[in-house]
Amino acid sequence: MKSKLATLMCGAALAMTGVHAQAADMADSMTIVSWGGAYQKSQINAYAEPYKAMHPEVEVIWDESSNEAVAKLRAMNEAGNITWDLVDVVAADAIRLCDEGLAMEYDPDELLAPAPDGTPASEDFGDLIVSDCYIPQIVYSTTFGYRTDMVGDTPPTQICDVFDLEKYPGKRSLEKRPINNMEWALLCDGVAKEDVYDVLETEEGQAQALAKLDTIKDQVVWWSAGADTPQLLADGEVVMGSTYNGRLFSLIEEQDQPVAMLWDAQVFDLDGWIIPAGLPADRLARVKDFLKFATDTQRLADQAKYISYGPARKSSAPLVGKHAELGIDMGPHMPTDPANAQNTFLYNYTWWADYRDDLDAKFQAWLAQ
Amino acid sequence: MTDATNSPSTGPMLSADGTPLKKSLQIALRRQKLRALALVAPLLLFVLISFIAPIADMLFRSVENEIVSETIPRTVVALEQWDYADGNAAAPDDDIYAALYVDLSEAEEFKTHTRLGSRLNYETTGMSSLLRKTGRGIGRMDTDEYTKQFEALDSKWEDPAVWVAMMQSPGIADILPETASAWQSWQRIVANKNDVLAEEQPEDFIYTMLYRDLIADPATGLAGYSGAGADMLWAADSAVDGFEAISLREQFLDIDKDWADPQIWGTIKAFSSPYTAGYFLSSVDLQLTPAGIEPQPENQQIYMLLFGRTMFMSMVIMGSCILLGYPIAYLLSNLPLRTSNLLLILVLLPFWTSLLVRTSAWKVLLQQQGVINDILVWLGLVSDGDRLVMINNQFGTIVAMTHILLPFMILPLYSVMKTIPPSYVRAAKSLGATNWTAFWRVYFPQSVPGIGAGSILVFILSIGYYITPELVGGTTGTFISNRIAYHISSSLNWGLAAALGTILLAVVLLLYWVYDRIVGIDNVSLG
Repeated sequence: MKSKLATLMCGAALAMTGVHAQAADMADSMTIVSWGGAYQKSQINAYAEPYKAMHPEVEVIWDESSNEAVAKLRAMNEAGNITWDLVDVVAADAIRLCDEGLAMEYDPDELLAPAPDGTPASEDFGDLIVSDCYIPQIVYSTTFGYRTDMVGDTPPTQICDVFDLEKYPGKRSLEKRPINNMEWALLCDGVAKEDVYDVLETEEGQAQALAKLDTIKDQVVWWSAGADTPQLLADGEVVMGSTYNGRLFSLIEEQDQPVAMLWDAQVFDLDGWIIPAGLPADRLARVKDFLKFATDTQRLADQAKYISYGPARKSSAPLVGKHAELGIDMGPHMPTDPANAQNTFLYNYTWWADYRDDLDAKFQAWLAQ
Repeated sequence: MTDATNSPSTGPMLSADGTPLKKSLQIALRRQKLRALALVAPLLLFVLISFIAPIADMLFRSVENEIVSETIPRTVVALEQWDYADGNAAAPDDDIYAALYVDLSEAEEFKTHTRLGSRLNYETTGMSSLLRKTGRGIGRMDTDEYTKQFEALDSKWEDPAVWVAMMQSPGIADILPETASAWQSWQRIVANKNDVLAEEQPEDFIYTMLYRDLIADPATGLAGYSGAGADMLWAADSAVDGFEAISLREQFLDIDKDWADPQIWGTIKAFSSPYTAGYFLSSVDLQLTPAGIEPQPENQQIYMLLFGRTMFMSMVIMGSCILLGYPIAYLLSNLPLRTSNLLLILVLLPFWTSLLVRTSAWKVLLQQQGVINDILVWLGLVSDGDRLVMINNQFGTIVAMTHILLPFMILPLYSVMKTIPPSYVRAAKSLGATNWTAFWRVYFPQSVPGIGAGSILVFILSIGYYITPELVGGTTGTFISNRIAYHISSSLNWGLAAALGTILLAVVLLLYWVYDRIVGIDNVSLG
């Protein structure tokens, strides 16, 4: 009995030193970069608050700089002083950061927790790990919303209605960059979905896409911030407009505007984390600890309680529940919901990594004409 | 008389202690100057370090291009022998592929190949994924055949210690030049992994270079070699002729067929020098191609248009600021102090409001469902169907920016007009001048320095304006600064952004010089 007690106490002491050693190896503060607004709030609610409850000593500082993350990280890297620990970026930026050597490469199965049934993380995330540096969190889509009171009795049902000025007169808002717009234009100009990028690779294909966009150019309001289209829709400035589906969700469900979703040909994109390259060991250890928690199956499913973006893990999908405040079922508002995802378009990251500079120059020149 | 004045000054004038007066005056003045310099030194240093140096650094980026020659130095040297010749050139031979093979093997370890890819992708589309793909494939080339064949010949070739001893032997660099050069890369790779050189078997590219050196027949040098591993080298030298050869060209083409494209090699060659004019050419709608300087394709020409538009719109904004600001400043300076102070606060009030708020306010006012259009429709001046488009175009930008920059015109005008004595105009009138003549001939010329100062302020501020055109400019109201911002924050093409910025700076300085010649900078007064 006595010896048993001694072993137990020994064990407890060992465990405590273990805990202590671990805590000493990790930094106590962490700067996380995100987008601000409702999205950052969902991250705070789903990941950061529960994590702080487990580790009260940790101070989390939020920086709303994801918009300029690529440029700022490069500047920090050149100055040799990385002040960020974890950065939220879209997939295209992650690829660029990884290429530039500004983001750390990682091993999914080592860094990320497996699914509850034991499926390793690399399989659970699957193809969504589009870069060696990228830890995806959510799937969002860029899609259209339209004013229900401005489209008559036959609301638009397909993407090409955006290009149909006769049926749906009025302004539309599109993003002020070639990505997505060029693809939609080709789709509505008779190009098959699987051929879009092959066609867009040629000069003729690019001219074709711009010519299609030319047909509505006079009626387009070009946006550059995600909040623009919701505002334009709410003001009745545009009949329809593209933006991120989460923004439209809050416009429709939270602000009760007469707006409806047009899910056809929605373009899936990813948002996720990168770890800046060159972090000191203690900060890196803290970030890894946080990431393992923040990207596990339950946490990703929890995030969907606060915003209508689909979790990037396959195993999280069945766990998506109701909205935390509105109490409505979030499933039907996910871009990945079967009813919404009848016709989707997959954004080709690597293709755009190559063609972004070239097409952007052409697109901007076309815009300025 | 002349004698009397000359006689004391046969020598130079002397001060009390006997040194020439001129010299002691110089010393005293120099001491004074140094003291003055020491006093301003902190400020001077601060300005130099925090202001001039970053600008100079940024401007330097517009020509800097060291990344190519740093990442693939051997390839750059090897390509000197190769001629692009309008794209009809034969694709490079195996020597160049071998140089690239070693360069990329090292770059892959340091992850610099993708950085090079992004750099060259600004010039030729597709370079980014080509280099990413090649970096991924370079470790899986069939060149392990060479390794196996050397090992089959003598198992000592597997031993890292043998390699280390051999590569340290004097004279080895002359006998096996490519191997020795690749060995340096290997040393850096091992050091980067924190491994020990004598414990790591060299990678395939070392064996490949050894094969290339031996097959190139260095027998003369090799025969006289007596350093470490001499017998192994002699044996290998006589055996390599029977080795199965691997074409590096084929290996690269297996990874991506684009490596056969002379355009790719031409781009690398054209941008191989450590300094390039490429960014400046791009910013004036030209491009540096392998065949020389060419205009950009018409559908990509945008910068000259934007420079022109930026100049034009800044002039218009400056003009409307003068038109609106002059009467206000005139009124302010002629009212009793109490009223004018109150009005001055109204001028300054928007100054204290956030720029974004003011710009957004214009959106609310000017948009099609906005306040002004609503009023016009209500008055029946325009029909509901065709409301005026006043935002997201040039008009919107000019209106919003004129509003935002107006205080910069009013304040210098006001402070200059304050100093014009009212008695001059009264005198003119008493001598029979009409109101107009008195104003135009007497008052206005005295207020010109204020117009000059205000114009310079407004023009220079608006030429670099960014946020307002971005928010309300739409497609026809954006400035060159919006493209600079895009290249800084999105495309990461800092070289091009720096070149555009340098040109903008040069244009401003040029205009300043022209202004000085025409109006004279002495005629500018801030009050």
